[in-house]
Amino acid sequence: MVPFAYAAAASAPAAIRHVAQRRDAEFIAGGTDMLQLLQDGVRSPSELIDINRLPMTAIEVGPKGARLGALARMADVADDPRIRAEFPMVAEALLASASPQVRNMASIGGNLLQRTRCLYFRDVATPCNRRAPGTGCPALDGENRLNAILGGSVHCIATYPGDLAVALVALDADVHIDGTRGERTIPVERLHRVPGDAPHLETVLEPGDLITAVTIPAGAAARRSHYLKVRDRASFEFALASAAVGLEVDGGTIRAARVAVGGVATVPWRLRHVEEALVGRPLSADVIHEAARTSSDGAEPRGRNAFKVALLPRTVERALRTVGGLA
Amino acid sequence: MELPRPRRDIELTLRVNGAERPLTLDARTTLLDALRDHLHLTGTKKGCELGQCGACTVLRDGRRIKACLTLAAMQAGAEIVTIEGLAADGALHPVQAAFVEHDGLQCGYCTPGQIMSAVALLREGRTGSDDEIREFMSGNLCRCGAYTNIVAAIRQAADRAA
Ligand SMILES: Cc1cc2nc3c(=O)[nH]c(=O)nc-3n(C[C@H](O)[C@H](O)[C@H](O)COP(=O)(O)OP(=O)(O)OC[C@H]3O[C@@H](n4cnc5c(N)ncnc54)[C@H](O)[C@@H]3O)c2cc1C
Ligand code: SF4
Ligand code: FES
Ligand code: FES
Repeated sequence: MVPFAYAAAASAPAAIRHVAQRRDAEFIAGGTDMLQLLQDGVRSPSELIDINRLPMTAIEVGPKGARLGALARMADVADDPRIRAEFPMVAEALLASASPQVRNMASIGGNLLQRTRCLYFRDVATPCNRRAPGTGCPALDGENRLNAILGGSVHCIATYPGDLAVALVALDADVHIDGTRGERTIPVERLHRVPGDAPHLETVLEPGDLITAVTIPAGAAARRSHYLKVRDRASFEFALASAAVGLEVDGGTIRAARVAVGGVATVPWRLRHVEEALVGRPLSADVIHEAARTSSDGAEPRGRNAFKVALLPRTVERALRTVGGLA
Repeated sequence: MELPRPRRDIELTLRVNGAERPLTLDARTTLLDALRDHLHLTGTKKGCELGQCGACTVLRDGRRIKACLTLAAMQAGAEIVTIEGLAADGALHPVQAAFVEHDGLQCGYCTPGQIMSAVALLREGRTGSDDEIREFMSGNLCRCGAYTNIVAAIRQAADRAA
């Protein structure tokens, strides 16, 4: 680890101003991704500003939806009975993430901003366009079993590794940001950028931007929802493919559908064409099969990750059958 | 409120196993290194330093965390309990006793972390079935593969606590 200076912020405006002005100053929340990246030498901030004392831990649930403070811990959100009842896919995505110890530490804001698990990104001995712009992408023709089949470019095919953001994108959640130019709210779906020709630009956040909260609208499809995560071992592993799905069913007909997938794409990936193939149709195993089998449409496998092209539709199908009561 | 000036050397007091421990540390010092190298509490083990093995599990304000994934500076004022703080008046904690009884170890390197994690697991009430114990102990790896006896030890400690 290179030397850095540390301070704990007592007020958000001062923390925002400081991080916006100082080159290479960064926030630290739970520290669980930051410490890994520091240990591996992937990041070398000049200063770390601890935001844990800012009053952003509340979890509020009302008739319109939920508001998760950016410093709410993954474990507290996953265990909240109101979240489990109104947004099962959110609780399930969190429970399927990391380990109990990490979930006690890690924050909701930090979770959204966790960096990719691409082997080359986390190994400073190798080139990587995302970590060191312009050096190349060894994953394209290399060890890319974990990499993305959707949303990649010839410059980067890194998978977005998080689970929570996939559920949030499925549910049209918003992220609330405070910055040097005031507060703003954007859909979680617009927080992350596909790599294109600038893979090092991972989000739309500007220096000093502080995530303050996430809000999730309530609804029938949020209540009847499920997060399915397929991985190399039963627990404590990142997704090879995952599906966050929700259905609103009325008299045997699907009125609304939510489908987003993780582990396969460079950003949390909504499958609107699969949703459209479900809405207005009767809830049946056949309808689900026909809709889910298009999940990998447009995929661009690069060798070792080609198995995901078949794995993804099956993951989506199983998740939809579970939530439809057809498992 | 202004931000205090960021510093490379941090003066802080850690509260570990009920004692106040004033320290001056490089800002980079993880809680794990503060415990082992500065407070000489070497019961907490260093395995991966990446949050992946669980050997460094300690309790912070009663909840289990990985000491390698947090800076000591971030833990000023928190109540830390390590494996050294579990036994009361020379008597083993019931989870420690159960690990001895069931031989829940081989080399013993992962054991302090397993025990700290299991103490928290019991408090969390995640011991409904052996599968639940396995799932909620998944943050603690054992390279010797003593899992069968670890689960048996936790099962017994949970049953006795019930
Ligand atoms: C062993 C291990 C296994 C894991 N497995 C999974 C898994 O299966 N699924 C999964 O989804 N995740 C997994 N994770 C990732 C984990 O969920 C993230 O590390 C964690 O959520 C990050 O949150 P944090 O509060 O610790 O963030 P930090 O490490 O503190 O910060 C991460 C980044 O976010 C920035 N940041 C933090 N908070 C804010 C804020 N409020 N506003 C602006 N910027 C902010 C920081 O500057 C930093 O750049 C795993 C992590 C570990 C260590
Ligand atoms: S896929 Fe992206 S993160 Fe991985 S090596 Fe290529 S540029 Fe780097
Ligand atoms: S040393 Fe902390 S989890 Fe391995
Ligand atoms: S007893 Fe050897 S690692 Fe667990």
